[in-house]
Amino acid sequence: MDNESQYSGYSYKSSHSRSSRKHRDRRDRHRSKSRDSRGDKSVTIQAPGEALLDTESTRGDDRDDNWGETTTVVTGTSEHSVSNEDLTRASKELEDSSPLECRRFAGPVLSAVLGLFALLTPLAFLLLPQLLWREALEPCGTPCEGLYVSLAFKLLVLLLSSWALFLRPPRHTLPRFFVFRCLLMALVFLFVASYWLFYGVRVLEPRERDYRGIVGYAVSLVDALLFIQYLALVLLEVRHLRPAFCLKVVRTTDGASRFYNVGHLSIQRAAVWVLDQYYSDFPVYNPALLNLPKSILSKKMSGFKVYSLGEENSTNNSTGQSRAMIAAAARRRDNSHNEYYYEEAEMDRRIRKRKARLVVAVEEAFTHIKRLQEDEASSSPKHPREVMDPREAAQAIFAPMARAMQKYLRTTRQQPYHSMESIITHLQFCITHNMTPKAFLERYLTPGPTMQYQRENGRGRQWTLVSEEPVTSALRQGLVFSLRRLDFSLVVTVTTLPFLTLGEEFIDPKSHKFVMRLQSETSV
Amino acid sequence: MSYIPGQPVTAVVQRIEIQKLRDGDNLILGFSIGGGIDQDPGQNPFSEDKTDKGIYVTRVSKGGPADVAGLMTGDKIMQVNGWDMTMVTHDQARKRLTKKNEDVVRLLVTRKSLEDVVRQSMMPH
Repeated sequence: MDNESQYSGYSYKSSHSRSSRKHRDRRDRHRSKSRDSRGDKSVTIQAPGEALLDTESTRGDDRDDNWGETTTVVTGTSEHSVSNEDLTRASKELEDSSPLECRRFAGPVLSAVLGLFALLTPLAFLLLPQLLWREALEPCGTPCEGLYVSLAFKLLVLLLSSWALFLRPPRHTLPRFFVFRCLLMALVFLFVASYWLFYGVRVLEPRERDYRGIVGYAVSLVDALLFIQYLALVLLEVRHLRPAFCLKVVRTTDGASRFYNVGHLSIQRAAVWVLDQYYSDFPVYNPALLNLPKSILSKKMSGFKVYSLGEENSTNNSTGQSRAMIAAAARRRDNSHNEYYYEEAEMDRRIRKRKARLVVAVEEAFTHIKRLQEDEASSSPKHPREVMDPREAAQAIFAPMARAMQKYLRTTRQQPYHSMESIITHLQFCITHNMTPKAFLERYLTPGPTMQYQRENGRGRQWTLVSEEPVTSALRQGLVFSLRRLDFSLVVTVTTLPFLTLGEEFIDPKSHKFVMRLQSETSV
Repeated sequence: MSYIPGQPVTAVVQRIEIQKLRDGDNLILGFSIGGGIDQDPGQNPFSEDKTDKGIYVTRVSKGGPADVAGLMTGDKIMQVNGWDMTMVTHDQARKRLTKKNEDVVRLLVTRKSLEDVVRQSMMPH
């Protein structure tokens, strides 16, 4: 690895283990500190010295392999030239190139096989004596028939409820085993195995002739399976429904936070649950909105190195220098808050103006078309109007509002999220459903949740769970873990919900009586 | 002190002049009032007619300026410094009595015993 280009210092082509990469990180960073700071700068997401993951984490090295190839290297005079396009391109490439994980299907397939085996066992218990020594079996009359019917129905119930509860496409992979599910699978396996054992020893070997006993044996297995399924229902589905903890989720980059109530879960399951809520509750992360404008910061720190306050990698390199800088700046007369205030006011005004223009343009555009009623088509043959389908109608009215829309999106830094194609598609959708201009604009005026901007692909999103406790331990008061993504992370804090003491007070409905106010006495 | 609606109210009144006592920043008179057109007249223990919404003296503090001037509990105040007190709200009455720029209040009060006295004196012996 040559010392000249920082790029190659961060490329990981091989499947080196995580710990050796950490050491390499630290070494590289020491090397880069001694260099002139006006060199290349690359975007990195790891702060040295931070405990990244549990050392036994089984997360694959997919991310490592591709990270080096897609590092964004920025040359330049200031830190703000990490442009938005570069970041989104980098993240997009990373997501697209992570390989399809077959591992996500391993667990469900195993449990499906086990479940099928368990379901077919009673039938096997019944059929084997019939096939092997039918002539020697004692005939068994009505009690057996009752048992057959009950066996059939119980098997049906088991089948249906297994389908309803457990046969769902998996939506997440957890870093560690899901303890309850493993427990239950082990229990089922042990159960069925011991039943087979007894069956083999007591029935197959001596060729048991009491068929009613055998049928009763099979029915008892099915009963036990039903109870195990009840246990599974309670452990996997019901226990975490009653709220017991309050989770506070804060996004590190812009401070968006939410509070959620969850039940008793392990850390990894709670993490998955939080991520489900994240995609539909949190406004989308827009990296362009983070940094304070240069004009405010540069004046304050002229004569020193310029660091942007919004990115995480600013304090790594400069803890010693920044203290001196802050001390020096504090002695100077500081007017930057003033400028910040005026800049914000100016920005608000600009956004409002553009928004007003956009709203007017859209309203006008919508007046150009109207829905064709069925009877109108035949009633005016003299003035044939061109009949359009929604797509063409959308394209027709898009032109007058395009410019206003473009300017508005640019001012609110949303333009990477909405391409022209997507706007026309959305317009077509709104026209088809008779929406008003306001409903059409709702998507652009407020930043929606991240789900709104998801592209449909089956690769899934990679998140890293960072925690000081083992991730299969249960939630408890004061626990903190974080969920890391490429350029931001969510910090989750757990607190227990308060214990409520509810008292009772009975009010007789006849006791609601009123009188005029007592003569108020005022002393003068 | 009967009140016939539509007819002017006639009563025998006594003129009482109270010098306000300065207590720090306040000027106090030394009695308490009750009543007013926004209050409940049925609660008034001093009025004969329980629909009378006038201003009554409910308490006179001993040794205070009102006591010295001869005000008694149960008196109905008819006028304060020329302002009418028979049709005012409780708060308006309080304000009329506690004007900061006045050192003296001249009240016209009426009570039952006054009428009795006058009637007695008018009866032929």
